[in-house]
Amino acid sequence: MPELYLAAAPYFGWDLVRVVQELFRYAFMQHAFEAGTIVALSAGVIGYFVVLRSLSFAAHALSHIGFAGATGAVLVGTAPIVGLLVFTMSAGAVMGALGQRLRGRDVTIGLVMAWSLGLGLLFTRLYKGSANLAIGILFGQIFGITGQDVAVTFVAGLVTVLFVLAVYRPLLFATLDEEVAEAKGVPVRGLSIAFMVVLAVAVSEAVQVVGVLLIFALIVAPAAVAERFTTRPSRGVLLAAILAVLFTWAGLSIAYYLPYPVGFFITTIAFWSYILARVLSGVIARRATGRVRPWREEQVRHSP
Amino acid sequence: MTGSMARSSSPAIVADGLAAAYRDRLIWRDATFRVNTGEFVAVLGPNGSGKSTLLRLLLGLLPPAAGSLQVLGERPHRGNADIGYVPQRRNIDRDLPVRGRDFVHLGIDGDRWGVAVGNAANNHQRVDQAIRSVQAEAYADRPIGRLSGGEQQRLLLAQALAGKPQMLLLDEPLASLDLRNQIVIAELVAELARANGLTVLLIAHDINPLLPVVDRVLYVAHGGVAIGKPAEVITTEQLSRLYDAPIEVLHDSHGHMFVVGLEAESAHHDA
Repeated sequence: MPELYLAAAPYFGWDLVRVVQELFRYAFMQHAFEAGTIVALSAGVIGYFVVLRSLSFAAHALSHIGFAGATGAVLVGTAPIVGLLVFTMSAGAVMGALGQRLRGRDVTIGLVMAWSLGLGLLFTRLYKGSANLAIGILFGQIFGITGQDVAVTFVAGLVTVLFVLAVYRPLLFATLDEEVAEAKGVPVRGLSIAFMVVLAVAVSEAVQVVGVLLIFALIVAPAAVAERFTTRPSRGVLLAAILAVLFTWAGLSIAYYLPYPVGFFITTIAFWSYILARVLSGVIARRATGRVRPWREEQVRHSP
Repeated sequence: MTGSMARSSSPAIVADGLAAAYRDRLIWRDATFRVNTGEFVAVLGPNGSGKSTLLRLLLGLLPPAAGSLQVLGERPHRGNADIGYVPQRRNIDRDLPVRGRDFVHLGIDGDRWGVAVGNAANNHQRVDQAIRSVQAEAYADRPIGRLSGGEQQRLLLAQALAGKPQMLLLDEPLASLDLRNQIVIAELVAELARANGLTVLLIAHDINPLLPVVDRVLYVAHGGVAIGKPAEVITTEQLSRLYDAPIEVLHDSHGHMFVVGLEAESAHHDA
């Protein structure tokens, strides 16, 4: 628990080298930064496609299904991450197989999500453990991460990022223009399933940092901000990853000095970044339309 | 007439006793026709008659229920790089944060695995060339969802052209365009086809904007298929026989054709 690790009179000032030294003074902070960075990178990269494919709600539901998996795993005596992965990956495969039909299934997804939370609640009660277990899974426990957890996170993060790099072009094609992509020989359905399974891995990782309930902050928010500033997919992916890392670093650093939970800081930074992005991109767009003429005039120009 | 100069003797499409079915439902059958290389064919027929299904057969997305089909000298197969395809459009999300240029780029390497490494300059040149060929330079860098229907249609056409195809399959590219833009796009397609020796199958609802540019018309209706010159196929006798119902074709002083009786017919069959 974070309170136990709070350093006595930590240094804070203009000497940035000393601040960084201070932040990395304890092993729990080193692990938090290592795992946090890996998680943020993979969440940002895959998050761009989550937003582009309109799968935000599905990603959110995946994490809730993971809650039942994580608490269930503890109940049967295995590590929460195992239950998380098993539950989210299975649910992801089903969602992926549904493909386009998943859109507009908000009611079904919502019901599965609620039931999963209910199951998780039951498992927690049956375990008769402390409420800390559930709280940790729901809101993250980044300051409780061990060196071994970091290693597991590293592998999962690597899988996520390598997958997106390996399928980048056909995934973009299938996302933007499914019918043409299919005609061009892109395995649209296979990609949809693989994407959701890998998203499940990324979600399971991210649960460690921000928990089941705050997952939007790392998967959806950075991509949503990035989309406001670039219309180039490659830059969008990159910007989303960078933003996710910045959100995480900032949240961890602030939480080191203040006695409040890191999940609060990361979600707060994510939320206000999005608001700021909306306002800023609105201003930029208004200036741009002042210079560029609206399309109607150009359309006339192109007619013979 | 604007018949193609690049027409060679080898046919682009050969269908023999072809039938199309979706699941257990037979859509049309006994289709025997040829489309020559460089020919511009308009595909007409009522809703649900199986026009798009014909394109799906040609693309290898649906196997023939019976008969044989050859496209560009081989059996249809998915991922045929020689075919450029523009499907019927649903609305592109206004807020889609992707430039028209990126859509066009997918036509070159969207089906390749991994991220683009090397060859970038060459590919950008091809994208530029495709965008220039449809005269879309002015708005290719704007988010595609913010463009007008005609502008989107041009960029999607550029995407199909970027893959350097020999054949274009266009599913209702003129739908939701005003009459003026319908004529402009139809002429653009014909011009590009002539310049590149492309065979074109274009699905449409109204033959009139296409009359100056098409070589032949393929009519898909009532479980069958008929092909011929517009003046031969779109006649009271031919259509009445094809639909097995009284259809009348009227002509105005500009040579435009109006098919009367279709709406009642398709409504009757949809019910």
